[in-house]
Amino acid sequence: MSLQATTSQTVGPYFSIGLTRLKKDNLASTGISGERITISGRVLDGDGAGVPDAMLEIWQANSHGKYAHPEDTQNKNLEAAFQGYGRILTDANGAFRFQTIKPGSVAGPDDKPQAPHIAVSVFTRGLLRRLVTRIYFPDESANGGDLVLNLVEPARRGTIIAHKVAGKEGHLEWNVILQGDKETVFFDIGL
Amino acid sequence: MTKIAGYQRPYPGTQPNHLHPPYVSSIKRAPTKPLIPMPHTLTEVTGPVFGSESIDAKACDLTRQHGGEPLGERIIVSGRVLDENSRPVPHALIEVWQANAAGRYLHKVDQHKAPLDPNFTGCGHTVTDSEGRYRFVTIKPGEYPWRNHYNAWRPAHIHFSLFGPAFATRLVTQMYFPGDPLLSFDPIFNCTADEKARRRLISIFDWESTVPEEALGYQFDIILAGRDATPWEDSRSHGSK
Repeated sequence: MSLQATTSQTVGPYFSIGLTRLKKDNLASTGISGERITISGRVLDGDGAGVPDAMLEIWQANSHGKYAHPEDTQNKNLEAAFQGYGRILTDANGAFRFQTIKPGSVAGPDDKPQAPHIAVSVFTRGLLRRLVTRIYFPDESANGGDLVLNLVEPARRGTIIAHKVAGKEGHLEWNVILQGDKETVFFDIGL
Repeated sequence: MTKIAGYQRPYPGTQPNHLHPPYVSSIKRAPTKPLIPMPHTLTEVTGPVFGSESIDAKACDLTRQHGGEPLGERIIVSGRVLDENSRPVPHALIEVWQANAAGRYLHKVDQHKAPLDPNFTGCGHTVTDSEGRYRFVTIKPGEYPWRNHYNAWRPAHIHFSLFGPAFATRLVTQMYFPGDPLLSFDPIFNCTADEKARRRLISIFDWESTVPEEALGYQFDIILAGRDATPWEDSRSHGSK
């Protein structure tokens, strides 16, 4: 028998009541291997105003390019202390910040490695279903051959590649722009 | 060649568009450019795993979090989490949040003139058992006004958040109550074209889970995206266009 997935509904304005418990803005505790990075930015609406009631969820591989999940059968090292999950709530200005390690490259469906990336879900009041996007990394030669990045027209790829912050080693900026000329690329992965 | 079996795409009309103008908050927040369809890669078919250390067994009873009893009608909300292939989803984390019996959320943004209840926070979580079953004890949330349009009121509802087995199965939804007169006026409940999809958001009053002299039972099954039988390239995926 075939069922149909339950209809998505907005998180609404009060989700922090239920979802703060699993907030996690530092994915890389001490002892985790890899290059430590801080990613910060803002979630902006169609008026360019910060969205103070947004939540980002992060899913990423460890520095070896391995997901902490039973379906990742790649022959790479797991690190028990690295879950790859993050949940960050925006502040009153729509700003967010999280610390993690740069993920390694994971296998793509064409057996060609994917460029290092972080998967992101965006939830906020006003969104009846989440938005799905990715964060790629600057100066990454693998970006050119990445299957998913190549689905995006070249002029828009920059919206999902984080920028270096001048003078701040290991610090990257990446914004979620919900509407307009610089609108972030969002992907359709089904739900 | 590594073949990735992805997850099914939703049937047309069963999931909301991002832009739904009757829900005014969507107008400035929904993307204006089309989403870019992409295949499910290892990234999308994996997802966060929450171990038993993230679960507090007492958190499934929202009526026992304070010194006293919360006001309102006690209810039992239970059901199963299944995938689209009718397979139970075991060990799935479910997070819930809701208003109190007077329709007030314990949140600084909610300032409407209904009382807070010192014995009710409105937050809980649980995990499904090996057959995908879950059960919460709570109080029936009240309806409450919002500013979407003149004299707008939200029907009574409980927010549900689930991860399921993969990034691709993440779901946040709301459960409603049968016979609520506000349902037909609510732009959030009415966000999909498919009437059956809307009806599935309404819980079913249930004698079997009703506890005599204690609490009415409501049944609410949640369906997560199911595995596609074939890889993305040659699948019969519906509705990704």
